[in-house]
Parts: sequence; structure tokens; C-alpha cells
Amino acid sequence: MNKYEARIILLAGSTLCIFLFALLYNAFSRKIDVPSCVPFNKSFEHPSLKQVDDKTYELYLVAQMWSFTPDEIKVPAGSTVDLYLSSKDVVHGFNIVDKAVNLMAVPGAINKTTLHFDKPGVYRIVCHEYCGVGHQNMLGKILVQ
Amino acid sequence: MNITKPFKRVILTEFFLPLTLLTIGIYHGLMQVIYRAGIIHQNSFAGLNYYQGLTLHGVINALVLTTFFAVAFGHVTISHYLKKEPPRLAYSSSLWLMLLGTVMDAYAMLTGKAQALYTFYAPLKDSPVFYIGTALLIIGSWVAFFGWIKTYIKWKKENPDTKMPLAILGTFVNFTIWVVCTVPAAYSTLILLTPWAAGWVERVNVPLTRMLFWMFGHALVYFWLLPAYIMYYTILPKLAGGKLYSENAGRLAFLLFLILSVPVGVHHQFSEPVFTPGTKLFMAILTFGVALPSFMTAFTIAASLEHAGRKKGARGWLGWMLHLPYFRSDNFLFGYLICGMILFIFGGLSGIVNASYSLNAMVHNTAWIPGHFHMTVAGPVFLSIIGMSLLLYGKLSGKPIQFKLLATIVPYMWMLGMVFFSHGLMAGGLMGEPRRTNLGMTYTNPDSPLFNQHWVPTTTSTLIGGIIMSVAALLYFISFFATAFGKKTQPAVLELPESEPLHPEKPVAILTNLKPWLAVMGVLILFAYIPALNSVFKYSVPVKGQYQIDSPVPENPKPAQKAKQTKSDQHTNAKDHAKAERSLSRVTNLVVLRASSPTSLDEPLLSARLQDTF
Repeated sequence: MNKYEARIILLAGSTLCIFLFALLYNAFSRKIDVPSCVPFNKSFEHPSLKQVDDKTYELYLVAQMWSFTPDEIKVPAGSTVDLYLSSKDVVHGFNIVDKAVNLMAVPGAINKTTLHFDKPGVYRIVCHEYCGVGHQNMLGKILVQ
Repeated sequence: MNITKPFKRVILTEFFLPLTLLTIGIYHGLMQVIYRAGIIHQNSFAGLNYYQGLTLHGVINALVLTTFFAVAFGHVTISHYLKKEPPRLAYSSSLWLMLLGTVMDAYAMLTGKAQALYTFYAPLKDSPVFYIGTALLIIGSWVAFFGWIKTYIKWKKENPDTKMPLAILGTFVNFTIWVVCTVPAAYSTLILLTPWAAGWVERVNVPLTRMLFWMFGHALVYFWLLPAYIMYYTILPKLAGGKLYSENAGRLAFLLFLILSVPVGVHHQFSEPVFTPGTKLFMAILTFGVALPSFMTAFTIAASLEHAGRKKGARGWLGWMLHLPYFRSDNFLFGYLICGMILFIFGGLSGIVNASYSLNAMVHNTAWIPGHFHMTVAGPVFLSIIGMSLLLYGKLSGKPIQFKLLATIVPYMWMLGMVFFSHGLMAGGLMGEPRRTNLGMTYTNPDSPLFNQHWVPTTTSTLIGGIIMSVAALLYFISFFATAFGKKTQPAVLELPESEPLHPEKPVAILTNLKPWLAVMGVLILFAYIPALNSVFKYSVPVKGQYQIDSPVPENPKPAQKAKQTKSDQHTNAKDHAKAERSLSRVTNLVVLRASSPTSLDEPLLSARLQDTF
């Protein structure tokens, strides 16, 4: 191995280490993390939006061919929503456009993440996993007022 | 070297058949960009619907073509370097198994019995014919590998002091990864999904099948890629007129692929429930690790090309880039390999974005993802496959290559198309454009209430790119089929261009012994997948119900005994009943849609949308 090869391996390795540091920093310091695990329980499959306190909500969202229930969710600006996502039939996707909230709804499992809505507006939810012939109609909305 | 007739016939079939099927694969690729750009606002075109086309596109291009080519190219590499043919039983039965599997898959897809895409995620159901066909295709490729091992052992006995040639190491690493990663896929299709699809088992654990699929699914991309890497190390320097900068670097790169290709599958599942953040982070780190051999390859090959350029009188830092044999019809393969490499720079970098754990939330399942992987699988992989197939087909059949000029410009045109194609997909993906979606029905249909104007320019760019790529593919097919149906004028030979190392290198002990690497591979797989498997059983449950793509009502398979008792006419009644029930449910769903649709819509518009849907 000559000196150039050694250098390129070192350089590539350090680049990857910088990337790794960036994602660890985001996960642990800024709390930007991947979704977490919740043991499966049938009760999560009842769609509802519960207000816990002033600015905190629990949203039980159920995906099914080819709609989200509830498909129009209203929360005030500045609220924090704990989202529990499940699927009644096949695998679905859940992407809030321009919000970097990106989840899969898998039958037999519960996906969980926490959303923060600071700015008022209409946030579109698009199903981004193929779920049958009506896949391209599967859309929801979050209205932040 | 000269080869026997049956061996020659097998290899030629393994080039010809998948390239013939590829015409269907490319056609459906073109159709998808047309649908997605909103040119067609329909479910189907010419008898095949969008998702059926997508299934065909994925299975033919990414499974059939790549597997057949890896086997055929492996046959050529093994017999070229070891000067021996593999055992006839192995190569013939391998071809027959792969052929049978492909016919079963093609039947299931073309008749609409398999429309769940090439990822076949349960509980969408495909016919058991599809699952078994896919498994046979894979097992056929194993059989070829077992034949090569036997040939190698024989060769090693005759040449105890010669080290394993780099191309052979690459081939063996590739097929070792392949055999290891296809075991979970075979388990999933044969043990979990086939009995379930046949109705013998009621429930299936969806997260388990998904984990097993991606354990296979990511290693699969290295199985596609490594034949291209073998060409980059052992052929490209020669074609460029230079020498391989370092052979040991190549060996290290292949061995790093061996240990890191399989235990990274969960990085396709960062957005999923079931796996803990710890498992996801561990696989993200290993994925960064597997980027390292690609960085090394980029350096080694660039250094080899620089050497070639300087030999031809290039000056300055980057002058060598201008002194390479572009657009030379007597050296057309160079264009295929270099264009693939250029695309792979961007494919690789965007892959690091996808692998980056929480950053993946920006891009997961959006159009960004096909934008990324078309620069890998439809970049270096596809271009090296079609370029090498053409070259070897000509040599092995003894038929001169026809329309060489067309074949020469194909890779450059393809690369140009890819610029528009991938840019459109990636830009759209960053704005939330979903992948695997018939956008033309709704999101890019101005008459639909779901219309999103931000995705029009991006899908249009994708359309332009897709058209250029399809024209390039057409030119390639003209050249390939004219060659294949041409007349034999030269003696048939089996030979590969072979690049020499730039300077003699001392053999490094750790790079010539596969055993410690295999052990590390095993350990890493256990470390990665035992916690993953543990989470699957802790956090998920198997579910009932099988779904056809056109109905939200599950099909409940009858218990096997009942079905036997039912007479044929009653059986038909039951079927009709199920059909009626399903169409009823479609109507119900329609009503639900109507009730839950956004309020401010015009009624005629809404009903138009509903009619479009069903």
C-alpha cells in the first residue's frame, strides 16, 4: 500500500466519521431521531385525537386501503403531537410533505413519533408505499391553526 | 480459449434471454415516466396497469437480468482465468432452474397474478407461482457457483503456488454474499409466504417478512454491483490503455464487501416500527463502513486511468481525463464502463444520504430513492451488463458486432438521459413526491383535487430523461439483436481483456486467505440481526388476511379440507359470492371516500375523481 492509498483511506474514513458525528449530534443533542418502538396492542387501532393538555395531543392514526383515519386533523400552532400509527390491512406509508416526518404503517406493529407544529398552515400527508390500485388517492391533511 | 458447444450454448442463452425480456422491462420504465408526468391519466395502458408494469420493470431489470448476467459473466471469468470449464451438470442444471423460475415469474406477472412489485410486501398477496419461481431463479444461480468451487479446487491442486486471480476472488466474494443473503429470502418466500398464499397458514408476521426481505434486498445491490467492480479492476485499466494501480487495494475492497454487505439491511427500514433506534444506528454505522471500499475503488480506478492518460501525453492535474479513449467504436466497452463510473459517483454519494439514519426521514420512499438507485443499478450495473453482454456475445458466437457506431454512443446517451431522469426524481423527492405511485391519476393531473403543481416540473424532467434513455436502449437493442441474428464469420473464442498490475506487489497474507473474513462476516451478521430479530418478536404480532391489490376486503382462504369437499359448481358459486362481496366493498369504500373527502370540492370534480379511481 503506497502513501497515496493510505491517505485516501484516511481521508474517506475521516469524511465518514464527520458524517457519523453529525448524525449522532442530531440524535442525542437536537433529538432528531428515527421512530421508536411500541409493543403491539389492538387498542392502538382505534383512530382518535386526544387532547392531553393545553398544547399536547395524542393522535391514533390508522391507515387502510386507501385512506387515513382521521384524514383531517386540526391542532393549534405550537402544539406537540404524539403520533401512534398503525395499519388495518396492508403496508402503507406516511409522509408529511416538507416536514421530514416519514413513517411506515405496518400491520401488526405500531409506529410512534412526536411531531411539533410551530407554523400555522395545511400540512399534506401522502401515502408513499404502494398499497393497491387506489394508492395514488391516499391523502390526509393536518390543519395547524 | 476454445470452449465446448454445450457450455457455449448455455452462456449465450444466459445473455440472450434476459436481454430479450429487458425489452419489456425498458418499455415499462418508459411507460412509468409517462404516467408519472401526467401525460396519461389512466390506470392502465395497452392492457397492463401501472403497478403491473412496475412489477415487471423491477423483477425483469433488477432480478432476472442481473442474476442471469452474474452467472454468465461468472462462467466466462472462471473459465478464462482458470482455463477450465465448470462441470456440465452444474452449468446446465443451473440454467434450467433459472429458466423455469423466470418462466413462472413471467407467467405470474403477465397474467396479473403477481402485482405486488418486486419487493412483494405481504399482506398484499402474489400467487405462489411467483414466490416459487423467484426462489428457483435464485437456487439456479447457487448451482452455478457450486460448480465453480469444484473447478477452483481442481485448479488449486494443479497450481498450488499461484494466488487466486483478482477476478476469481471478486466472483467468489460476490457469490458468497449472494448465497448468504438469499437464504433469508428463500426462507421468507418458501417457508412463510408460499404456505400463506396457498391458504394453508392463516397468519403472517409482516415485520418479519420485511426484515428478511431487506436482509436479502441490500446485499442484492452488491450482487448487482460486484460484476461491474470486477470489470473496473481487471478490465477497465486495460481498455483505457493503462495498468491497474494496485491489485491489493482491489482485494481489500472485495473482502470489505464480503464482511459488510449483509448486516446493513435495516437501513432500508429506518422509518419502520419494530426495530429499536440502537439497531438502526448500528446498521447505519456499518453502512458507512461499506462505503469505504467504494471510496477506495474510486481512487484506485481513477489512479489507473490517470496513468493511462499520462502515458498518452496528458499534462497537468486533470489533463488525463481528456486523453482517454472515448467514442471509439473499436473499444466501445470503455464508454459503458466509464459512463457507469461517472454515474456511480453521484449514486454513491446520494446513497450515503439515505444511509444517514435520521436524515433518511427526508427521503425515505420518496422519488429521491429511485433517483438514487437508478444511478447505481441503472448506472454502472446496467451499463456494464449490456456493454459486456454485447462484447462477449460477439466473441462467443463468432458473429461480428453489427451497428457498432450505435453501440458506441449508447452509454453516453444513457448517461445524458440519466442526468435529467435522476435530477427530476431527486428534486421531486425532496418536495415529497412519492415513489411507486401512479402520479398521473391524481397528483400530476390538473383536473384532480389532489393536484400538486410542484411535482409537474420534476416529473417532466424525469420524462425527458426517460425518453432519452429509452432511445438509447432502443439503439442498443438494434445493435444486439442484429448481432445475435447475424452470420458467424469468425471462430468462437472465450476471452476477456485482462489488465496487468502497475507495479509488482508482495502478496499480503490476510488478503489471500478467505477464512478469517468469512468468520468476521458471520459474527457481524449475528451482531446485527439477533437484536433485530428479537425486536420483531417483541414488538409485533402476526396478522390475518390476504389482500388483492384491488380490494380493501381481505380474502379469507378456506381451510384446505372444506375446499376439497366442495363440488366444482359450488366452488364457482363461492367464488362469485366473494367477487360480489368485494365489488360491494368497493362501493362502500367509495361512499367512505365521498364522506371523508375535503369539503370544498365541486361535486362533479369529486365524482370524476372517484370514477378515475375505480
